[in-house]
Amino acid sequence: MLLIHRMLATRAFRLVGSRALSTSICLRGGHGVAKVEDYALPAYFDRRESPLPDIKYVQQLSPDQTSLKEKEKGSWAALSKEEKISLYRISFKESFAEMENGTGEWKSVVAGVFFFMGFTGLVVLWQRKYVYGDVPHTFDPEYKQKEVQRMLDMRINPVEGFSAKWDYEKNTWKK
Amino acid sequence: MTMSLTKPAMRGLLAKRLRFHLPIAFGLSLIAAIAFKYAVTEPRNKAYADFYKQYDATKEFNAMKEAGIFESVRPSGE
Repeated sequence: MLLIHRMLATRAFRLVGSRALSTSICLRGGHGVAKVEDYALPAYFDRRESPLPDIKYVQQLSPDQTSLKEKEKGSWAALSKEEKISLYRISFKESFAEMENGTGEWKSVVAGVFFFMGFTGLVVLWQRKYVYGDVPHTFDPEYKQKEVQRMLDMRINPVEGFSAKWDYEKNTWKK
Repeated sequence: MTMSLTKPAMRGLLAKRLRFHLPIAFGLSLIAAIAFKYAVTEPRNKAYADFYKQYDATKEFNAMKEAGIFESVRPSGE
């Protein structure tokens, strides 16, 4: 009984790459081992950096595909163009050109960014009305005027900056 | 596919790139420095020179004193 089980297990492992393994329980040495999960098996993925995935894309071949695979064992020159393409599509899901194509996802991302910026604007406006208190008295126009006058009296930046723009003879801003 | 491809350059790649890009880099930096000197520092120096050519320190001091900004010396009125 044990020998049969071990033989079945080794036979099963030789079929690596076949999805039929996914729900079987592996018995080795008479002990029950954890069920082999889907994610633990070799997977198929289209990626530029690893062009040959671990398994073929199509696992269960239809009768047409099986017969095509038989034909593939002969001379490849005998295959028609459509047959070659079918063989390719059995092994691979997307061609390099197809997998490199952009998804247009950036449009959704930009749209989301703008939306949340707008929402934040609304939040800021609400805050200004309902959360913040008054500004200090130093922002009053009269106070600001006295501030400017004092800065001119002190000759702040008289060469190229603030006071340089003031005409002290005519007591007005320079044109 | 029967003829063999030419062997690509295996060495001296960085030297080749530097030979091309370094003179350009130095040239552009030099131009930037010269442009900054004549667009920014020259006008600034001239502005300061012109300002101080006609500057009367005593007159300015008295004007500021009358405006009342000093604490050590008050305007003549007070």
